[in-house]
Amino acid sequence: MGRYVMRRLLQLIPVFFGTTFLIYYLVWAVPGDPFAGKCGDRRCPDSYIRFMTEKFNLDKPIFVQYVTYLKNLLQGDFGQTYGGRSINDVIGQAYPNTIKLAIVALAIEAIIGLTAGVLTGLRRNGFLDNLVLVSTLFLIALPTFVTGFVLQYLFGVQWAIVRPTVSNPPTFTQLILPGFVLGSVSMAYIARLARTSIAENRRADYVRTAIAKGLPMRRVVGVHLLRNSLIPVVTYLGTDLGALMGGAIVTEGIFGINGIGRETYRAIITKEGATVVSIVVILVLVYMLMNLVVDLLYAALDPRIRYD
Amino acid sequence: MTDPMASGSLVTSTQTEEPTAPGTIAPPGAGVLAVQRADKPRGLLGDAWHDLRRNPLFWISSAFILLFLVMAAWPALFTSADPDYGLLQRSRVGPSSDAWFGYDVQGRDVFARVIYGAQASIVVAVLSTVGTTLLGGLMGVIAGYRGRWFDAVLSRVADVFFGLPFLLGGIVILFTFNPPGSNRGKWAIIMIVVASLLILSWPLSMRIMRSSVLATKEADYIVAARAMGASSTRIVFKHLIPNCLAPLLVYSTILIGSFIGAEATLTFLGVGLRSPVVSWGVMISESQNYIRVSPYLLLFPAAFLVVAVLSFVMLGEAVREALDPKLR
Repeated sequence: MGRYVMRRLLQLIPVFFGTTFLIYYLVWAVPGDPFAGKCGDRRCPDSYIRFMTEKFNLDKPIFVQYVTYLKNLLQGDFGQTYGGRSINDVIGQAYPNTIKLAIVALAIEAIIGLTAGVLTGLRRNGFLDNLVLVSTLFLIALPTFVTGFVLQYLFGVQWAIVRPTVSNPPTFTQLILPGFVLGSVSMAYIARLARTSIAENRRADYVRTAIAKGLPMRRVVGVHLLRNSLIPVVTYLGTDLGALMGGAIVTEGIFGINGIGRETYRAIITKEGATVVSIVVILVLVYMLMNLVVDLLYAALDPRIRYD
Repeated sequence: MTDPMASGSLVTSTQTEEPTAPGTIAPPGAGVLAVQRADKPRGLLGDAWHDLRRNPLFWISSAFILLFLVMAAWPALFTSADPDYGLLQRSRVGPSSDAWFGYDVQGRDVFARVIYGAQASIVVAVLSTVGTTLLGGLMGVIAGYRGRWFDAVLSRVADVFFGLPFLLGGIVILFTFNPPGSNRGKWAIIMIVVASLLILSWPLSMRIMRSSVLATKEADYIVAARAMGASSTRIVFKHLIPNCLAPLLVYSTILIGSFIGAEATLTFLGVGLRSPVVSWGVMISESQNYIRVSPYLLLFPAAFLVVAVLSFVMLGEAVREALDPKLR
């Protein structure tokens, strides 16, 4: 087990460097002048450009810039934006909002998706089963921004039940609608995953044994069936957390949530390589660690899986 | 991965009634064997086709896809209006009998634009899917079959690209190669978007292919082929690929649908397709400031988009059910 974790962690290192360098290189290659429009309507004075170029190492080769950035990163310093704000601050303000949104989305998709999946998995081919199958297909086909706009229009404008946009920082109740939008596609996948898995295990020998022992149905489903069927769902939820944070950019834009998606978008346009890379670094780390945790969880949930 | 049980049982149920010639004592099962030889056993694809023909979902989704393909190839069949002809006089005039879907902000016919928009949306999705399948499949076969350090290097490279968050990666790549305000022709924009979708999604195709190659590589018939002196090329193309293709094909069908959505999302964010290209994503993106006053501007392209994605996803489901012997 320990050796397995070590090997996985070691494998993360080249991937981490590769991904961050790729992003750094791409942002660096974005055409345009980073100081355009920084000094009002006129061109920036040469002294300012020289000062900024010096400060951010812009005249050095890309590789030197990247290594300098990494050196600071290892000391916990993400660097500064061109406006002089510390990137740690920027992330510190934006990241909690995105995490909140992702958690709300995860909770919503887990609750609704699992309920639908378990109910339909137990009674296949009924009315409810077909309804869930059709509506999940529909959710998968709908791009997030269409769901977002339509729900925002209906709930926020037409019926005026909720505020169309959220305040800063948002409260959990305000995030329910955006969370639903963000998690809608994954919700459909979870419902289908749970349904297949429950239906498969429903016919397993241990379920028949449990019923034959005379256990009440609630216990058979709740303890015996659910526990074994949840493994793929848990895997999916774990990897999804990283994906939700990276994918939140659309939802954040529609509902005006001040999260990392918006920060990244702003940073890409203004060619602030350090900010983009810093956010991607965090996303990649979360993503890779969640993958590792899920793999370990797998072994904990299913005694047949052993890592050595 | 052919399922001998399925075809075998089918043959026995229909053909064992056949009387054997009087006087000859046939051993039990001989008739089945003879019939099976005469009636060429179906391969994996033949089996799948046999199943697919009975699935209404397959026919419904294929009909829609065919409709969209015709729409993409000959848009003039559906409308005689010019999608680019704008008349500000009729800006945001709602749906009427003249223009079924109304006019957009520039006074262009929304119905004509939705029809003409099918082309770009579908071309982007199909090209990126073909590219992803070829690139990912090729890498997967190489990594899975060669193994060792080849596999290690390719898998790490794939991990690097896999680690990029899809939307953020897409924005960065498209901002670099397709900056807003740059002046490019229709096909140049389309190809850049295709390339960026390809870069971001090949790792998953590769993983799917690699794992099925790894699972098949040690099968008896591969070992037998190698023992008989078949070259690597022959083994890979004759034995390995036909038997490993099913999961990748299923994934690719669904991928077409998700690429239509992905293109629209990137376009919505302002980095994907843009004028002079007409696509559903472009239309939705243009409509976003007028949703509250003219929701139909969003509704019609979105409806076409959803139906198209839905058709491909449904087709993918049907194909998977047909190709997966476990689900039979």
